[in-house]
Amino acid sequence: MFSTTVTGEQFMQAIIETIQMVGISLFVGSLIGIPFGILLVVTRPGGVLENRAVYAILNPVINIVRSLPFIILLVAIVPFTRFIVGTSIGTSAAIVPLIIYIAPYIGRLVENSLLEVNPGIMEAAESMGATPFQVIRYFLLPEAVGSLILSLTTATVGLIGATAMAGTVGGGGVGDLAIVYGYQRFDTVVVIATVLILVVLVQGIQSLGNTLARKIRRY
Amino acid sequence: MLEIKNVYKTFTRKGITIEALKGVSLKVEKGDIFGVIGYSGAGKSTLIRLANYLERPTEGQVFVDGFDLGEYSANELREAKKNIGMIFQHFNLLESKKVFDNVAIPLVLLKKSKEEIRQRVTELLEFVGLSDKAGSYPSELSGGQKQRVGIARALATNPSLLLCDEATSALDPQTTQSILQLLKRINAEYNITVLIITHEMSVIQEICNKVAVMEEGKIIEQGSVLEVFGHPRHQTTQNFVKTVIHNELTASVQQSIKAEHGRRLVKLHFLGESTTEPVLYEMVRAYDIKFNILFANTTEIQEKTLVTMILQFSGEAAEIGKALEFLEQHEIGIEEVDDNVFDHSNR
Repeated sequence: MFSTTVTGEQFMQAIIETIQMVGISLFVGSLIGIPFGILLVVTRPGGVLENRAVYAILNPVINIVRSLPFIILLVAIVPFTRFIVGTSIGTSAAIVPLIIYIAPYIGRLVENSLLEVNPGIMEAAESMGATPFQVIRYFLLPEAVGSLILSLTTATVGLIGATAMAGTVGGGGVGDLAIVYGYQRFDTVVVIATVLILVVLVQGIQSLGNTLARKIRRY
Repeated sequence: MLEIKNVYKTFTRKGITIEALKGVSLKVEKGDIFGVIGYSGAGKSTLIRLANYLERPTEGQVFVDGFDLGEYSANELREAKKNIGMIFQHFNLLESKKVFDNVAIPLVLLKKSKEEIRQRVTELLEFVGLSDKAGSYPSELSGGQKQRVGIARALATNPSLLLCDEATSALDPQTTQSILQLLKRINAEYNITVLIITHEMSVIQEICNKVAVMEEGKIIEQGSVLEVFGHPRHQTTQNFVKTVIHNELTASVQQSIKAEHGRRLVKLHFLGESTTEPVLYEMVRAYDIKFNILFANTTEIQEKTLVTMILQFSGEAAEIGKALEFLEQHEIGIEEVDDNVFDHSNR
């Protein structure tokens, strides 16, 4: 009854693929999303680099991308994915939509983290004659680091969920394994095993994020 | 040093226009400790933010050292701000940085060398009495210590003007005292001009030499602290003065004098030289009147004595008039006390 056709190696392979997809899209997504978040905060009305045009474009663009469910985004941008990585199937083909999915999400989370920074600190920065770049570099970011780590943790957990759908384009990973072997071939052991793997992964990432944030915040 | 000239400031939020300042002018001279007092919403926070252009005037001008801040470019304005330090009610320290790094920030912004920063920060922490806290985080400090860090940070660039935005309002009375003494030292030792806004008259009494009283976006009274405390003209000013100088009759005395009509009650303010001369003695010798002292109080402001008395005169009306004229000639402030006032204060 508790037999399965999936080997341990296949599990390992799936875990590695998931970590690859999450790792790469988190990294590139952060490279795009963090500056987006900063831009949203500094260009908003009353920000240190107030700019109506930038804010008025960036804000709805992020909303539009954020409102697409990942599975739809995944298929909707297939031509773009093919243009970027040369193929529309496989792990690398899954990474492109994952990045496009997570970057605006990170942007929004970063925006929220930065908005939490005490406005009094911004006022102090301004009273010292800090340039907008200095305000970001020496006041805004250091004060938000703890909160930023928690935001990225949330983004990572969201990414793990999204990678499960990457199987649609043959992306592989733990979620793909659960669908193809567990669901479609009625292999209960695989389903249970993948659920356990995902729970452990998410728990691990969340506690890592919490610990780091607490260490950095110190208050 | 700092001159605010006929400034108007209006804010528009969600279509509602608020006039925070309505034609405010004031002049802070070099070496002053200038206090601005008012209730919340009087516009004093907006006023102090004009001095370093955290708020731009809607109309009017702000001069620092003779230069109109409004004519500066963004870069020139940033430069000018380095000559103006500011401390805040809630300190506004970076929670993520140690005390040392908080004080160092203005110098880091100026790209000073590590060695120079270390030297200056050490010196500043010593001055504010926090040498042993260099490695602590703000969350480990008390309110008074946090404000000392704020002060050290504000002094890092050697400013010639220090703005204090309700700097003691979040502190207990004893800590307030020690911070005020520190500000006094800064003013005396470094010759830094200080502009303070507060809602506590005791702060003005303690360290200011000049004061402006604000109400509804206007300055209703200003002058030397001694003058304003001695002869508060406006009702709001009188209310503020009352909070630090007791100059009201006690209830029982009020009851007893209500019965006797036909007498004249006068409040006298003795200031400076008049406190050391036997003026009242000379008055009774020269005029045929009697008086009864119902109340007397002595306060020290700016190392000078201020005496307040309430006298009840009896005698010929004309003679009393002459006696009061005599007092006025000796620079004693005279304020008629209306019997009706008592009905108010008895509520």
